[in-house]
Order: sequence, then structure tokens, then C-alpha cells
Amino acid sequence: MEAAEQGRSDWMKIHPLVVRVTHWINAFAILIMVTSGWQIYNASPLFPFRFPREITLGGWLAGGIQWHFAAMWLLVMNGLVYLAYGIVSGHFRRKFFPITPGAIFRDVKDALRGKLAHDDLSMYNAAQRAAYIAIILCAVVLVLSGMAIWKPVQMQELAGLLGGYEGARRVHFIAMSLLVFIVLVHIVMVALVPRTLPTMFTGRARRPS
Amino acid sequence: MKKRTMESSLAEHSPRLIRSIERRLFLRQGLSLGALAMLSGCNPTDDEGVQKLLTGMSRWNDRAQAWLFNPNKLAPEYPESAITTPFPFNAFYGQDEVPIVDGKGYKLELAGMIREKKPWTLPELYALPQTSQITRHICVEGWSAIGKWSGVRFSDFLARVGADTTAKYVGFKCSDDYSSSIDMATALHPQTLLTFRYADQILPPEYGFPMKLRVPTKLGFKNPKHIMSMFVTNEYPGGYWEDQGYNWYSGS
Repeated sequence: MEAAEQGRSDWMKIHPLVVRVTHWINAFAILIMVTSGWQIYNASPLFPFRFPREITLGGWLAGGIQWHFAAMWLLVMNGLVYLAYGIVSGHFRRKFFPITPGAIFRDVKDALRGKLAHDDLSMYNAAQRAAYIAIILCAVVLVLSGMAIWKPVQMQELAGLLGGYEGARRVHFIAMSLLVFIVLVHIVMVALVPRTLPTMFTGRARRPS
Repeated sequence: MKKRTMESSLAEHSPRLIRSIERRLFLRQGLSLGALAMLSGCNPTDDEGVQKLLTGMSRWNDRAQAWLFNPNKLAPEYPESAITTPFPFNAFYGQDEVPIVDGKGYKLELAGMIREKKPWTLPELYALPQTSQITRHICVEGWSAIGKWSGVRFSDFLARVGADTTAKYVGFKCSDDYSSSIDMATALHPQTLLTFRYADQILPPEYGFPMKLRVPTKLGFKNPKHIMSMFVTNEYPGGYWEDQGYNWYSGS
């Protein structure tokens, strides 16, 4: 009995179920959106390069568009659930704030020198907070600029805010690049601190001793 | 020697840790298998079940776009100075294969749910009230270009020939074996024009002589050129690109 209680107190809940489920649905949706988006980009590149065929989804333009416009519903619906939960439950307020530029700068510097401590998995350091907020903002900008590209007539007011149809294409590309960069850093960080990976499935982590 | 040390050090750890490592390895292998399937030549788009799902989503997107379509919302119009020159040539073939249509013998054929199916000659069409627009042509590939087209408002033409505007679709057949179709709400949009001129000149062959349907609320491939006949129908007509997987509605 005592041992069981002690065993239980060894663990702490760090990721609520909603966050875990929406995280993995989001990861799947982002993977489809990015790889099918590269396929669409390749049909008429904005810049003097194409993405290698092997990392694009859909086979050709029509397939890429089918994937992109199917997964967009998953991305948006899942994103809305996540945002609503994060705001209403106080998850964002608790996990992402307070955040100061000084703390972000210090933590990023420490991380680059390989000295950033992440012992207590229930707390995000400032670099993580900045990265997770940035990725949410990227996704919001991607959805808005995507809507402007999809509906430059019906949503011309939105498109106008982003520099019209051609402006929205560039905003969409830049937000995608930033998002892919943050995701890559995120994956490298998980590889460096691998005990964070199972927590995104189980929701639990061992208390720091 | 080194291997031995590793084995003994592993054995010192609890079985729980080893199980947890195994679980982690399994997970990692599972994830990389999924990633590999996506990245390698094995294309999930070709899978029959996946293709069914994607086609179903495309039909759903047709309905979503019809619902989003506001018949009173006008596509932005631009000054002459914004026109893209030269306006890009685009077709499913090269510029040297552009069909040459004989304007003298030409007659536009009408079919389907239309009261007066008398074919129209070019002089008859040119004599109808004409209007112009400078709008952005957006290609499904992503690029866009601004051009000036002139012709008869398509809703006026449909009214003149007694088309049943309660029908669902208007379809087009072209001299280059191209075809496309649009929904009736878009056909009746005030900026949908049956055009005979580009930049105030009679349409040159590469821009669709003798006529091009200009639909600034849809992607470029929904703007058929070299139109030979049109029909009004309730049966889904599809189209050249639509039948190959491009989204049918493709509204802007």
C-alpha cells in the first residue's frame, strides 16, 4: 500500500489527454500539408528551386492538391479544438507564460551550448515556450494565407491584408519555411532529450529526484 | 572485450528498463517505417482506398466552395497599367499546336436545356452588347497574370437563348478536344463573360479564337478557349482536367 502510493507519487501528469491527441493528429496533418504543399509549389516555383520529388506527396499536381485540400480540414478542425482547449482550460497561460525576451535569449544561448537543463518535464523553459508559441502563430498565418490563396475573390479582404493573391503566396511560403525549421529543431531536441518522447503518449513523466 | 562490458552493464539494469527500451525502439521503428512509406517510391495516393477518400473529399470541397460562393462578390478589377505583358500562353499542348479555327464558317452550337438552339455565327455574336474587364487569371499551378477580355455577359446570353437557369451545369466543348463545365450560379455571375477580344483585339489563336469563357471567380483551367459548343444540363459533365483529378469547382 505504502509502496503503491510512493510509486504513484513518482510520476506526475504533464500532458493532458487533449494535448496529446491533438499533438499527434496535428503532426500527421502537418506532414501531409507540408509534403503536398511542396508538390503544389513544384508546379510553379516561386523561387529558383524545386523540392525533390521523393519528399513530395501526391505524385503530381492534382494529387498534391487533393491531399492538401483534404488534410486542411483535419488541420483546422484539430487546431480549433487545441486552441479552444488551450485558452479555456488555462493550459496556454500556465505552460507558456510568463515569457520574456531576456529569458528566451538566455535559454536559446544555453541550448546552443548544450547546457540547457530540462529536468522538470512539467515546466517548459523559455526557449520551448517561444518555439511552441511561434509554431502556433506560424500555423495560424499558414491557415489565413492559405485561405487567401484558395479564395482570393470570396475572401479578397483577407487577401488584401496579405498583399493580395501573390503576396499571400509569399506569406504562405515564408510561414511554411519557419514552421518546418521549428519542427526540425523540435525533433532534434526530442532526440537529445529522448525521455520527453514517451510523455507525449502516456502523459506522465517521472518526478525529478 | 568491449561487448562483454556492455552486456554485463545492461544486465545490471532492471527488466523494466529493458522493456521500456524495447518499447521505445518499437515505437521509433514504427514511426520511421511510416515516414519511409511516405518518402519512398511507394505512393499512398495510388492506393485504391486512399484515392476513394481523396476523391470523396474533393466532392465535399465542391459543396463547401459552392456554399462559400457569394453571387454578388466581384473579383477585383485592375487598371490597364497592371496588365501582364506578354500574357502567358497556357494549354495542355505547346504553342505550335494551337488549333486554327476558320472564323468564316464558324457556328457556336447550343444543346441541352436551351429553348432556342439556333447556332450563332461570329458576326451575330459580335453584334451583341459587349463589356470589358481587367482581372487576374489564376492558374491551378499557382502563377497568376492580369489581362483584359471583352465580350458578352454570359448571363445575358443565357437569357437570350432561353437557357433553363434552374439547371445545375453549363458544359463546353472546344475545338482542341478540351472540355470543361461550371455550376449555374457561376455562369450567372455578372463578371462571367463569353469573350471575343483580348486587349481590345480579336482573340488571337493562342488566347482562344474564336471565343473564350472568362470566369474570374474560377481557376484558369475553368476558362475554356476555342469553344465550339455549349450545353445546359443536370448531369455532371466533368471536363478534361477535372476527369484527371483536378477539383471540379475550383473557385477563387
